[in-house]
Amino acid sequence: MAHEHKLEIFRGLVKFKSNTAKIWGVLAFLTFVTIIEVALGIAKPEALMGKFLGMKILNWIFIILTIVKAYYITWDFMHMRDEVKALRRMVVWTAVFLILYLVFILLQEGGYIESVYASGFIKNDF
Amino acid sequence: MNTTVATGTEGKTWGGGNKPLTASYGKMMMWFFIVSDALTFSAFLAAYGFSRFKFIDSWPIADEVFTHFPFLHGVEAPMYYVAFMTFVLIMSSVTMVLAVDAGHHMNKAKVTIYMFLTVIGGIIFVGSQAWEWNTFIKGEFGAVQTKGGNILQFVDAEGHRVAVADFAKVETGTRTQHESKNGLWFVDEGALPTYTMTEINNGLAAHPDVLVRTQIINAEGEKTVLSREESIKQLKENGRLFVQGANLHVNEYGSPLFADFFFFITGFHGFHVFSGVVLNIIIFFNVILGTYERRKSYEMVEKVGLYWHFVDLVWVFVFTFFYLV
Repeated sequence: MAHEHKLEIFRGLVKFKSNTAKIWGVLAFLTFVTIIEVALGIAKPEALMGKFLGMKILNWIFIILTIVKAYYITWDFMHMRDEVKALRRMVVWTAVFLILYLVFILLQEGGYIESVYASGFIKNDF
Repeated sequence: MNTTVATGTEGKTWGGGNKPLTASYGKMMMWFFIVSDALTFSAFLAAYGFSRFKFIDSWPIADEVFTHFPFLHGVEAPMYYVAFMTFVLIMSSVTMVLAVDAGHHMNKAKVTIYMFLTVIGGIIFVGSQAWEWNTFIKGEFGAVQTKGGNILQFVDAEGHRVAVADFAKVETGTRTQHESKNGLWFVDEGALPTYTMTEINNGLAAHPDVLVRTQIINAEGEKTVLSREESIKQLKENGRLFVQGANLHVNEYGSPLFADFFFFITGFHGFHVFSGVVLNIIIFFNVILGTYERRKSYEMVEKVGLYWHFVDLVWVFVFTFFYLV
């Protein structure tokens, strides 16, 4: 079987000449994202401390950047970009749907228990 | 007796002749394993989120917990070490994908080198994690656990942490360890805490610049520091036990659940890295022996590569949810 790779990332904005070049390009991008994450984590700019949908903007940025990194690891290192659409959807949609469901249920419940603690029926400050 | 039945469809789609989804059996099954493993990890991380939401206003701040860097004692270096670990793992993912690429070109020498580098990267990562665990278990400053299981830490006027060892008034000969040979033979006693509550209470009274810091996060997102009078009162009334470092029962940095999840999730991930390294070593030797050269396909490198990238993928999330958010 031939091993053709799709050699463009960012929807065709960046094209690479060979698969090896693409790998190094993706590494540079992932490193760049990680450096931004660490820099933001250390600096914690005051401007990003505001809340958006119940969570700090900074935390939203971290989570979005993480998903971006996960996308490029899966698509280019694991060659998901080169698999057929059906396999891609079986793997990605299943995982994404179940994870969203699980996270919603557990965080909702955690928030509820916190509200029970906070409303004063349980004392834990001693 | 011949148990196979010729159906006349061998080699055709209905007879399993073509590859479903144009992926080979091994690769597809590796993908499905990865999906199920991803769900296991997300269940753990979601459970961590659950506990964190439950104690949202008293959860430890990760930057204050993981501030150590090897060979730099006493230097506050939050996150640099995990950033280094992340980079090592991404780098070993890159050498893995380069090995896969060299495999497609049937270049045995290159596959060998890249597999070797991948194994080295994995070993560095597991070693770094062991160091991280060791630092976390040993702890640095020590703290006091209250009746209610909360943690009281000590800070100076500028808000820097103060080690209990630096101010506690040590008394000699206060308490001897109970042993079954000199006491009740059927009763065990765990290790005695390094400092008794009396020693810490007296030490706090004798050092006017030391204050107590509670776990409650205030409006500025920092832990609340009590006034001098409140500090003495809080420690005297509620302090029960000196704790140093972290284990599954106590955690000097805050909620014991934080330590439990840290050990469980990074431990489970570390186990994945370890088994990945073992698989990589097996494949590495197969490459050297020329197994895949004879098979005329380096697909095994690709399959084990999928697993290795997955381990990297999980770490990206662990890094975010444990250290950044």
